[in-house]
Amino acid sequence: MRDFLYQNLSTIASLQIGEIGYISEESLDNIPLKLLEMGCLPGAEVQLIQIAPLKDPIYICVNGSHLAIRTETAAQIKILKSE
Amino acid sequence: MANKPIKVALIGNPNTGKTLLFNQLTGLNQKVGNYPGVTVDKKEGVSKLSATQNAIITDLPGTYSINPTSMDESIVLKTLLKKDIKESPDVILVVADVENLKRNLLLFSQIKDLEIPTILAINMVDQMHKKGISIDVSVLKEELNTEVVLISAKKNEGIKEVKEAIIRCHVAAKASPLCGINHKIDPDYFAKLKEISPNYSLYELWLMVTQNNFPETITASEKAALLSFKQDISKLKKYQHKETIYRYQEINKILKKTYLVDKSKASDVRSKLDKIFTHKIFGYIIFFLILLVIFQSIFDWASVPMDFIDGLFANFSELVKEALPEGVFTDLLTDGIIPGIGGVVIFIPQIAILFLFIAILEETGYMSRVVFLMDKIMRRFGMNGKSVIPLISGTACAIPAIMATRTIGNWKERLITILVVPFTTCSARLPVYAILIALIIPDTKIFGLFNLQGLVLLSLYALGFGTAILAGYILHKTLNINSKSFFVIEMPNYKIPSFKNVFFEVVEKTKAFVFGAGKIILALSIVLWFLASNGSSDFKNAEKNVSKLDVSQNLPSDELDKKIASYKLENSYIGMLGKSIEPVIRPLGFDWKIGIALITSFAAREVFVGTLATIYSVEANDDDVTTIKQKMASEINPETGEKRFNFPVGMSLLVFYAFAMQCMATLAIVKKETKTWKWPLIQLVGMGLLAYVSSLIIYQILS
Repeated sequence: MRDFLYQNLSTIASLQIGEIGYISEESLDNIPLKLLEMGCLPGAEVQLIQIAPLKDPIYICVNGSHLAIRTETAAQIKILKSE
Repeated sequence: MANKPIKVALIGNPNTGKTLLFNQLTGLNQKVGNYPGVTVDKKEGVSKLSATQNAIITDLPGTYSINPTSMDESIVLKTLLKKDIKESPDVILVVADVENLKRNLLLFSQIKDLEIPTILAINMVDQMHKKGISIDVSVLKEELNTEVVLISAKKNEGIKEVKEAIIRCHVAAKASPLCGINHKIDPDYFAKLKEISPNYSLYELWLMVTQNNFPETITASEKAALLSFKQDISKLKKYQHKETIYRYQEINKILKKTYLVDKSKASDVRSKLDKIFTHKIFGYIIFFLILLVIFQSIFDWASVPMDFIDGLFANFSELVKEALPEGVFTDLLTDGIIPGIGGVVIFIPQIAILFLFIAILEETGYMSRVVFLMDKIMRRFGMNGKSVIPLISGTACAIPAIMATRTIGNWKERLITILVVPFTTCSARLPVYAILIALIIPDTKIFGLFNLQGLVLLSLYALGFGTAILAGYILHKTLNINSKSFFVIEMPNYKIPSFKNVFFEVVEKTKAFVFGAGKIILALSIVLWFLASNGSSDFKNAEKNVSKLDVSQNLPSDELDKKIASYKLENSYIGMLGKSIEPVIRPLGFDWKIGIALITSFAAREVFVGTLATIYSVEANDDDVTTIKQKMASEINPETGEKRFNFPVGMSLLVFYAFAMQCMATLAIVKKETKTWKWPLIQLVGMGLLAYVSSLIIYQILS
């Protein structure tokens, strides 16, 4: 988990379709409890699968869960990209 | 049965096949109510575990955690915190999906900490090989300290083992927490919390504090002590976050030893289907086509059995009339009860077809894609992507639709959805629409493809949806409710729907609907018949009065009988009632007979057809038994000599029924869900005014 380069610090909302990131520890307080419970944990791998036609909500796969969340929530969850 | 039945609560994440397991365990031994008075929160069934032991199984709403964020999830918490001997479960059966075991175990770990005997049933194990999953059940059992059963509810495998596990679990009555979690976060803090009450487990006390949900059995001093923990909210929140992370750490440790996935076997059917169904153009086209198919089939497929039922009841009425001696009772039966019941039975085919489509859309996982596609659009109208499901199921019945809004966490979005759902064309409007359309719209094809009547029906649906959306926008801009919005929905894997689930769903919903509406209609048709067969002194002297008027004209006797019957109806109690509101509804093109139907259909819209059927049968000659449609088609407006149900009147009625809030059951459920009479009253008045004004405009323009 800690092997990747700390190159890009961005949020889930800034992922491209198909791109993968890892949820950063520092945004723990910004993740709603419900999302945590659904597997959206710090350190977890998150992949953007699809963006809804009107750019919102977004469809992600995190920790094996396939979820749709709104971009306003996604923009508050910081991630680290591995590239 | 020798032993007292075991009370089992069935809990699991949504989309884990929980309902199918419930159906497999209980078969047709279930009780559900979808009508006010009967609660929909609880679905119960009896399961025969062994020769001497039964279980009462309660199916709780699907949830990801017992920390509720929506109304249906809070039902789960409430049930579990109950300490009442009659209602609290003896055994909890947690259903998990083998593919999402990690996330499902979070809920399991919470349940386990309540210290109630718990069983874990891992479902869809028939998929394991295909997905490259392997599980070490014996180690998992040991690690989780619980009964673990692998099942395939779909293939009816492992059901016997679940039953055996329930008995073993109940006998052993072994209940220990899994994580003992809270000690590790802040030992002093949780030690103090545990001191408050010896009657509850630590986790139960923690839930009461964090969820502000206190069972009735808790004492005042205990409650005060618990409330003192609520002072530091930020600490509570922090500890809840920590708790969840800790639970996942423990689960990961356990799964590392017991659960293996060979990722090379993963298939990408899901992503291929997602690319199509959530495509920015095709996604919407497919959604629209599905809606079009649903509505066309309601009108086309259902018309055959409906005509058959209509004819059947007319024949039945005739048969009874011939078989029974003349008298008050026969009149009540043939003019009151039989046409009244016919008015309900006639639209069973349409409801069944609607529920069938909705059940299939939900079962396949397609509905979540619609939520995903529609969320941004719906938000502009003050709603939520999840509002689409109530709006679509509102086309069957507003009552289950309003209950379905419980999954919407945001109160403002939920309230708006509840308020606008009754605009969608529910199946109770269908008989009214169907009969009026058949009377005023010619049965021709456009472009040799679309049935004109079907297209008119489709535009009435569009009118309903359009008004619902528009009303949502107005409410969004005017309602001043501050409610924090958070939205998440799982996108489940695509599934081939289970025939059993779909079948049960359709049967259950149709049954609840028919019996619910049937009772009202039966009662009303008896009342109606009585009010139509009794009246003032003019009513009693009808024959004398009519003969006096007609002395000079020398009418043939059957003409005279008809005149007497009309005169009687006009002077009956119901006639007087209709006449009293005639001045108000005359500008809309309605006469006093339609007025009677408008009054009675305040109970439920579909009563309109039955009422007119009853009125026209009372009025008609005894040997003149025809279908409802024929009766309405032959009704003449005495002022113009034209058909009563001509184009302007028909259109005016259609629009009136599209907008008016004519359903007592819906008003009752809105009161129940919003906990005040304010919102149902706003609906009643607002929709009534809209209906009156629109009908007025339509009739005045067309006539």
